[in-house]
Amino acid sequence: MKILVAVKQVAALDEDFEIRADGRDVDADFLVRDLNEWDDFSLEEAVKIKEAGADAVEVVVVSVGPETVDESLRKCLAKGADRAIRVWDADIEGSDSIAIARVLAAAARREAPDMLFAGVQSSDQSFASTGIAVAAFLGWPHAAVVSSLELAPGGKSAVFRRELEGGLLHAVEIQCPAVLTIQLGINTPRYASLRSIKQAAAKPIELLSLADVALSGADVGEAGSLSRVRRMYVPDKGRAQLIGGDAASQAARLAEIIREFKGTAA
Amino acid sequence: MSGILVIAEQRRGELRPMSLELLGAAAGLRRPEDQVAVAILSDAPDRFVGPLSLSGVDEVVTVKVAPPEFDPDTFEAAIGALIASRAPDMVLVAHSVDSFGFAAALAARLGLGFATDVFKVERIDGELVATRGGYGQKVSVEVDFPGRATVLLAMRGNVYKPPDQAGSPRVTAFDAPPQQSRATGREFIELSAGDDVDMTAAEFILTIGRGIGEEAKVEQFRELADAVGATLGCSRPIADAGWLPKSRQVGQSGKTASACKLYIAMGVSGAIQHLAGMKHVATIVAVNTDAGASIFSIAKYGIVGDIFEIADELRKLF
Repeated sequence: MKILVAVKQVAALDEDFEIRADGRDVDADFLVRDLNEWDDFSLEEAVKIKEAGADAVEVVVVSVGPETVDESLRKCLAKGADRAIRVWDADIEGSDSIAIARVLAAAARREAPDMLFAGVQSSDQSFASTGIAVAAFLGWPHAAVVSSLELAPGGKSAVFRRELEGGLLHAVEIQCPAVLTIQLGINTPRYASLRSIKQAAAKPIELLSLADVALSGADVGEAGSLSRVRRMYVPDKGRAQLIGGDAASQAARLAEIIREFKGTAA
Repeated sequence: MSGILVIAEQRRGELRPMSLELLGAAAGLRRPEDQVAVAILSDAPDRFVGPLSLSGVDEVVTVKVAPPEFDPDTFEAAIGALIASRAPDMVLVAHSVDSFGFAAALAARLGLGFATDVFKVERIDGELVATRGGYGQKVSVEVDFPGRATVLLAMRGNVYKPPDQAGSPRVTAFDAPPQQSRATGREFIELSAGDDVDMTAAEFILTIGRGIGEEAKVEQFRELADAVGATLGCSRPIADAGWLPKSRQVGQSGKTASACKLYIAMGVSGAIQHLAGMKHVATIVAVNTDAGASIFSIAKYGIVGDIFEIADELRKLF
């Protein structure tokens, strides 16, 4: 059995940052990159299935992005992925989540996995759409926001719970192969050991071009996207009224707010 | 139809409140020539006609489907057929767990313009422009949809007001093509109360987040919450780590803190689902060392400082 885990290297903003000259993104110099938080959980879920299974399970991670992404893929290799694939081509620049999903689906066709996991969303752009769009391109059954999963290697179906709003769960059975988007908290992701980090550094990362996954420039970038960023800007700061002073006076003001509330509530 | 198609949401026989917010959004976006239709998919859709008959709605479309609850294959097929038959300019869905499960697939298959978690929509020079957050909500991002005849937008909750008056739309039944689903919905499970707390009834909640750093610190804040008369809550990472029971989690996926009027968030950075789940609270006080934390964007009062120092000082006053 093979599980393909789609991962993303996300970008957080430096405390001070500047918008790019064309006004459509943040200047890349101010981005701090890391593996998406959700992907830690989807990778762990796949590795857990591998470790629990009597039959051999191969866990392959795939990501779309430039060379900087290798660092995140190595993190995945250190945490138990068997192989890593990165797809990149200059034409992919400017793709929205749907165009990225098309590339991931094309890479998945090449790998022919039995199951595909992705994170519910990314911590930077929070589209919550890539994994499910991959399923659409593959024509696979799919489910979003999976918070617990029972999947026996080689099984024809999987049983899982969707985490709904307001503390409600919904149990669902789905035919395999399927795409599941994995929610935070489904497991406890492991830390990579120093030894596994060293081993991961020596492992190859397979680099694929658009042609390798049977796509062309028209499938990605602006042409292959369903939306286009027009403008990015820093919104007016929230309306929080800052309470200044030292900790004692800040706490005193907070106590006042609490007492005011209790006064009106009583 | 050139106009707006709203997809309402129901769960276990109840209309989801967000459906009415979508109607409010549609009412604000319609041009004079636009029709606003709202579709409801259910095994018994007729019961939702009344609650959806609000001002600004021209038509309620009932779509009878086999599964009683949300099912991706069923929704994609039925809504896809509806879009093909109506050709609306705009389709509005909630940015909800259900829409996470089908909206992107539908947009990808039909080639619809598509954006999620949208909190502002406008027409600029005749073109639809949607605004959403980026980089952990630190920036706003305007997107447009060049060349797309139909645009599917998943709208953020708690942004648009539901219409406050009744209307008298026409009611139409839409025959969805039969669709074999590849998933089977089973039972619903209420998040079991790990203890006897009822976050939905709590009026004053003090929440701890990742900023507390380690499990051993939980006790100190439990004691503080007791002293000031607050119910102790937590953000997702604390519940996921098992430091507090899941029943104490507030935010969109945790218990809905619907009665909460005073909310003190200590060491909570403010992930988007947390903000969405708490922004209805009248008085939010955020305490965080990071002045750039997103939680400050929904807070009425902000304290930039060390949560342990503030907690110690506050404790002395009660």
